[in-house]
Amino acid sequence: MFTNFFYTLKNYGMPVSLNEWQSLLEALEAGLAGSSLIGFYYLGRAMLVKTEAHYDRFDMAFSSFFKDIETPEGLPEKIWEWLNKEMPEVEVTEEMRRNHQQLDLDELKRMLEERLKEQTEEHHGGNRWVGTGGTSPFGHSGYHPGGIRIGGESRNLSAVKVAGMRRFQEFRTDETLGVRQFQMALRKLRQFTTRLDGARTELDLDATIDKTCDNAGRLELVWNRPRENAIKVLLLMDSGGSMISYSRLCNQLFTAVNRTAHFKDLKVFYFHNCLYDWMFHDTHCSLNDYTPTDYILNHLSSDYRVIIVGDASMALYELMRPGGIIDWELYNQKPGIEWLSMLRRKFEYSVWLNPIPRKYWSWMDGSYTIKKIAEIFPMEELTVDGLDRAIKSLKSRKAISVG
Amino acid sequence: MSASLKAYQGSSGYIVSDELSNSVNIAISLKKPLLIKGEPGTGKTMLAQSIAESLDMDLIIWNIKSTTKAQEGLYVYDTVQRLYDSQFGESDVSNIKKYIKLGKLGESFGASQQVVLLIDEIDKADLEFPNDLLWELDQMSFYIPETKETITANQRPIVIITSNAEKELPDAFLRRCIFHYIAFPDPDTMESIISVHHPKLERKLLEQAMETFYMLRNIPDIQKKPSTSELIDWLQALVVGGISPSKIKKELPFLGVLLKKNEDLDVLLNQLQGKGNARNPNVMGRFR
Repeated sequence: MFTNFFYTLKNYGMPVSLNEWQSLLEALEAGLAGSSLIGFYYLGRAMLVKTEAHYDRFDMAFSSFFKDIETPEGLPEKIWEWLNKEMPEVEVTEEMRRNHQQLDLDELKRMLEERLKEQTEEHHGGNRWVGTGGTSPFGHSGYHPGGIRIGGESRNLSAVKVAGMRRFQEFRTDETLGVRQFQMALRKLRQFTTRLDGARTELDLDATIDKTCDNAGRLELVWNRPRENAIKVLLLMDSGGSMISYSRLCNQLFTAVNRTAHFKDLKVFYFHNCLYDWMFHDTHCSLNDYTPTDYILNHLSSDYRVIIVGDASMALYELMRPGGIIDWELYNQKPGIEWLSMLRRKFEYSVWLNPIPRKYWSWMDGSYTIKKIAEIFPMEELTVDGLDRAIKSLKSRKAISVG
Repeated sequence: MSASLKAYQGSSGYIVSDELSNSVNIAISLKKPLLIKGEPGTGKTMLAQSIAESLDMDLIIWNIKSTTKAQEGLYVYDTVQRLYDSQFGESDVSNIKKYIKLGKLGESFGASQQVVLLIDEIDKADLEFPNDLLWELDQMSFYIPETKETITANQRPIVIITSNAEKELPDAFLRRCIFHYIAFPDPDTMESIISVHHPKLERKLLEQAMETFYMLRNIPDIQKKPSTSELIDWLQALVVGGISPSKIKKELPFLGVLLKKNEDLDVLLNQLQGKGNARNPNVMGRFR
């Protein structure tokens, strides 16, 4: 049964390794779960989950796996079964016996029954009570002060209910988070080189000291080549009207990219809805201030990583037709889709980040253009997880057929 | 819970949730390091102090900085001092042992009693830092090549590691840890935490202040959410300032104690004026 739980966790996307599973089994053997489901829940969570971002997945896996184990008011017979089964097996030490002389099985049953009644009345999930009460702790250590404390105040929720509450939903990394998290993701976008042809210009202090000491005090200097990030980034941001709803999110990404000082070069341009002949220098996208897209295509080396941020949803003609540009005073000879294809052909390391949650992509009103553009660029949603995946694809060439 | 004699159940100055004390006890009985994450101000560092206090052990704190190297935690070979000594002939330099200084981790291994070792803010250090400690934390021993000595822990220390999630920790490291995320305390827990710091607080004042505090925390656009320590300071300010409870919600006195960023204050003002813009992915305004 437990092995299935392992696979359930895997199915829910939890990176559980056999090592951790093994230690969990050891911990169970050592009795750390206290033979209750809630104990098992906390033990499992502490041992198998390594980041708060996965708490929610664990909760979901747990509640789906254990959903059949219900709260006591639903299944009293089962509890009696447990009680009857567990009790005889319990090894009672002298000390325990002294503590609980007056409580025999019937007494326990009676008290448990009382509790269950209270539970039903208050409509709290009471697996807690049965967890500590119905299975061994109730028999094991009975009214051990520790047992009571655990069972006491505000903790009277079943493990399934605790898991079902999904209190850690907000920590999911596929939800949108702040600048800091974006920065964290961007940090992964690096490629250190200690260029073999570069000059050794950096004094390696530790090695110098070591060498000098090896020489019994005669100074010997050791030089190193500086390590540098070789990554260059071209960031293209949609500043069209439909992006206003996502301005905060885009701002966060922009701030994060800007603060990430480790890129060798960072260029930022703006466009309205779709990319045409012009890459604008500011969000107003006026003809006073732009760089021709041709120039970018011809002058930037193809190892620039291109990140395009936009909702990719527009009217069909904006993408497909010459002159489809939404600005009245401008006219584009080539349709937007052609420009995008050219960009993609030139820059193999490129990705499109869409602030619209992925689940809306297929049915909202821009779905057709989203689909079209996603055929050209790998498209990810603008969340921390999405950015993570985007950065992974920026590190390796991904073959996408461009017509 | 555990049958172990050393069951941690919180200490007088530190309110601990059952979940957390469970995790602590699991870590202690499995002899694995406990990795603690959580919002700033949820008492990550305090936890180690509380464990040390309640189990009556010494606490060794290893504060990690961005320049900290794993080696420093084990031992430092003071070569420069040895160089000086050899040049000025002040003492016998043939005894290398004299120049080996144990770091915090080494210190905790060498202690005669079991100690609590706090590795504070491990994420501040270099990405590779945790990996460099894998062996030492697993085996609780390390080798000093200079003196051909192996230092082994007399008593396996209880290792508490805190992280602010500035960097992702390597998987291999995480696999060896027990993990616990300290969730932000709910109002009930918060009340008991406050009562530790302000035992004689007027009921009405507390209620009003808590309500305002959680209201502020629930505004989604606020970037630096006020934390426990800020609430405690704020209560102090309210008491010292003699603010009447009825005014707290209306006037938000000493707001600077809670919100420390200008942007956040602006967000709050906008919110209060009812300017909150509904962001809905389905509404695709096509205006420019």
